[in-house]
Amino acid sequence: MTIWFEKQKYLLDYTVSSLMRRLAKNIGLLMVYALIVFILATVMLFTHALRQEAAVVLDGAPEVTVQHITMGRHDVIPAAHIDKLSNMRGVRNVHGRLWGYFYDTANRANYTLMVPSSDRYGQSPAQGEVVVGAGVARSRNVQVGQYLFLLSPRAKLFKLKLKEILHTDSEIVTTDLVLVSEPDFRTFFGLPEGIYTDLVLTVRNPKEVAKVAEKISAILPDSRVITRNDILRTYDSVFDWREGILLALLAGAILAFVIFAWEKASGLGAQERREIGILKAIGWETSDVIKMKVWEGGVISFGAFTLGYVLAYVHVFYFSAGLLEPVLKGWAVLYPRFELSPQVDGFQVAALLFFTVVPYIAATLVPIWRAAITDPDAVMR
Amino acid sequence: MRRDRSSKNRVRKANVVLILYGMGMAALVWTWSDALIRGIGAQTDLRVRADLVHQLELTDLTLFTEARYTRHLSQADLHSAFQDHPMALDHFPSGSLVMTQRGHLRGGFRDGAEQKEQP
Repeated sequence: MTIWFEKQKYLLDYTVSSLMRRLAKNIGLLMVYALIVFILATVMLFTHALRQEAAVVLDGAPEVTVQHITMGRHDVIPAAHIDKLSNMRGVRNVHGRLWGYFYDTANRANYTLMVPSSDRYGQSPAQGEVVVGAGVARSRNVQVGQYLFLLSPRAKLFKLKLKEILHTDSEIVTTDLVLVSEPDFRTFFGLPEGIYTDLVLTVRNPKEVAKVAEKISAILPDSRVITRNDILRTYDSVFDWREGILLALLAGAILAFVIFAWEKASGLGAQERREIGILKAIGWETSDVIKMKVWEGGVISFGAFTLGYVLAYVHVFYFSAGLLEPVLKGWAVLYPRFELSPQVDGFQVAALLFFTVVPYIAATLVPIWRAAITDPDAVMR
Repeated sequence: MRRDRSSKNRVRKANVVLILYGMGMAALVWTWSDALIRGIGAQTDLRVRADLVHQLELTDLTLFTEARYTRHLSQADLHSAFQDHPMALDHFPSGSLVMTQRGHLRGGFRDGAEQKEQP
């Protein structure tokens, strides 16, 4: 064992010397390799953590949401539908939600105006009061106790006293929220009594959610029913798709790297051929040459993987994936400041390791084996 | 003799690489243990967020606030990405990153059960 270990160390000694002879080229390769792993690992860790966050956080979303559809678009729903749904077997606690979008010309941001249910939310604002998400407070530079001025779609100025700012820890779900009382909401949007944005309800037996959704569609054919599972599935598929498109965008860069690495790993230069010839001539066996090249591939690919992956982890979970922010933010003014709960999927990491390290080592072996089994004299010539 | 002493003092390259390998392995183990420890610590925050979502009856994350169909991905209607007129192309940057799920576009947005295509 000790002899084997010592032999590997001698091989490694030689490998490092060999790599250092082409130092600039190998450092360049290591950096590009690590950058590719960094980008792939960033996308992988970020989307996985977001998916986990959505799965846990949105588990508290309404069990069933019923939207009224007019000409294929989401429309307001009459309160009369509440009675229709309340009479259904297995359905309970049917009530209307009031929420809508508001574009604030003062900072060119979009808000989600909402009326919280006072039964559920203890800090519900009274008439003339407002509770806002941290993103809105930051963007409008308002503090608790100050007034928030909003120009309604009907060009009427609203003066609302800021009662509370929602905690920054919840920004990922609340950053653009503006919570107001029901009378203020209806006056702001000019919305008459007896209509809601949508209806939400709970189902007595959770196993019957799909059946209840089917029944609602039959009773209200012009409606769309969205269950909690649909919401969770949406986020699962959205992040899958997102992961896919980011990888698609990166495909060009990855392909360029693959060609570069393949050329570097598989195409033996005259100098390397000569080196192998000399090693064979002085008594190295074919297996020793191959082992030495495996060490070379391993040093570069494992080094690049470790560097890229650890940097990606720190970037995503200690710097909130700041480099991805411009991509995610788009034209939005409000973007949540959030720290994702670290989640590492062992299978994903293993897959990344396998697809980045193994192909590189494999690509180095075939040409080396070919060169190593030929006559040293022929190789040197 | 002098040559022997200088080669003894010189750090062996293989040892440097093995030390770096060890550090790399330690860094990988650190990411795993850090995720585990911080993940446990973050459970309370997650529960608080889930509770707030329940209290306010929220349905979506606020990742993309630039357009209504990206702000409420799970609630967006079929045509909202083409909100100006039927031939209008989706022009918000986040619209190119996210897409409502295929079942939703087919009208089959129903807890796993496929729904008949709506006219």
